[in-house]
Amino acid sequence: MTVALIFIASVLIALALGALTRWVDRKVTALVQARVGPPWYQPVADVLKLLGKETLVPEQSQGMGFLAAPMLGFAGACAAAAVLIGTLLGGEGFLGDVVVLVYLLTIPAVAVIFGACASGSPVSVTGASREMKMLLAYELPLLIAILTTLLRAGAGAPDFRFETVLAFQRDHGWLLYSTAPDGAGFAVSGIIGFVVALVALQAKLGLVPFDVAEAEQELMGGVISEYAGAPLALIRLTKMMLVCLAVVFLGTLFLGGFDFSTLGAGVASVLKYVAVLVLVVLVRNTNPRLRIDQILWVFWGPVTALAVLGLVLAAWGY
Amino acid sequence: MWGLKKSPWVYHAALSPCNNCDIEILDVLTPRFDAERLGVRLVGSPRHADALLVSGAINRHVLPRFLELYRQTAKPCVVFAVGSCAQSSTIFRDSYNIVGPLDKVLKEVDPNPIVVYVPGCPPKPEAILSGVIKALGSL
Repeated sequence: MTVALIFIASVLIALALGALTRWVDRKVTALVQARVGPPWYQPVADVLKLLGKETLVPEQSQGMGFLAAPMLGFAGACAAAAVLIGTLLGGEGFLGDVVVLVYLLTIPAVAVIFGACASGSPVSVTGASREMKMLLAYELPLLIAILTTLLRAGAGAPDFRFETVLAFQRDHGWLLYSTAPDGAGFAVSGIIGFVVALVALQAKLGLVPFDVAEAEQELMGGVISEYAGAPLALIRLTKMMLVCLAVVFLGTLFLGGFDFSTLGAGVASVLKYVAVLVLVVLVRNTNPRLRIDQILWVFWGPVTALAVLGLVLAAWGY
Repeated sequence: MWGLKKSPWVYHAALSPCNNCDIEILDVLTPRFDAERLGVRLVGSPRHADALLVSGAINRHVLPRFLELYRQTAKPCVVFAVGSCAQSSTIFRDSYNIVGPLDKVLKEVDPNPIVVYVPGCPPKPEAILSGVIKALGSL
């Protein structure tokens, strides 16, 4: 019974935070471009409007797959929200650990590919093939960067539970910079891991400079170009939730988690969330979009090398 | 309906224009005029659009494609006839190639389209924006 309540509560929190995050994204983008942005209820208005439009299914699409894919993606995002936010809310029993969360976070990307291939349009298929290549590119550095923190939190042996990570950060300081008391003090691998995880999450969320799959001017919407109405609303909701979950994930692993027990800790948590979000948005606004071959080169070259360096340093205690 | 008023996503359909109206439409969507505070967003696919910004006097070749595009736009949708050519074909109305103003050809697919006229040759970006605001206010 309580598990069901925690599930519903985390999904609602993720949805609300996701809408707010999307608004902060658009507002910061507007301020960077010297203009006033949309009002705070804009993401809600977008979703409500999309729910009121008709659902179009192209004649050449595989109808069932086409319509099932957004629901699969949304379900994956809800499950990931339940694992992450439910664990942070103090859920009893085994809701999931980092492995489960990473696994669930790949479901929306796979669902997008599934839906795009079922769309029956060459534009969607091009976007789907690019999304597949990106999946191959960014998953490895992301996992290595996550391993750097888990190695240090588990004192030499990677421990995949959230409780271990949070307990370590409560006792020894953020995993961004600190090692265990008998380690080397300041952890360079923490900074390296944070940078690599940030870059990899930027690709996972499909944000510039890695948004080739949904290239607006080039591919006319790419993977989602054939969707309209309620399925499109689900896709956008999934994206909003993913951004929120990615920021919470980064905060939990590197910045000490989100603690609302006292007012001071609560304000600090909100500032942490907003700081990571603004970092992501500023990277989004100041970079051009990379081509798919450039993305593959960047991720399989410098980013993975940096991640491996961070892992080796973490294993040695630095 | 509240959602539709607060978040109109536009698709730019240029149907054989002389491109002056297109330049003005592109200007409206730049940061200087900040259409995003009204919720206006340029989308790449007509299936995502609520408003079609149509410019140009429609010619014979583009007509079937435009009718298909209109069918692909998820209803309810608003069609903005931007510029005098989309409204009435002005000086091109007796040309061998021009098939007529927007509302006349739109009746082939939809007997009751919602069409908003923004006159001008070309209309200034402020005029286009004002047209959008007035249209959304009266929905």
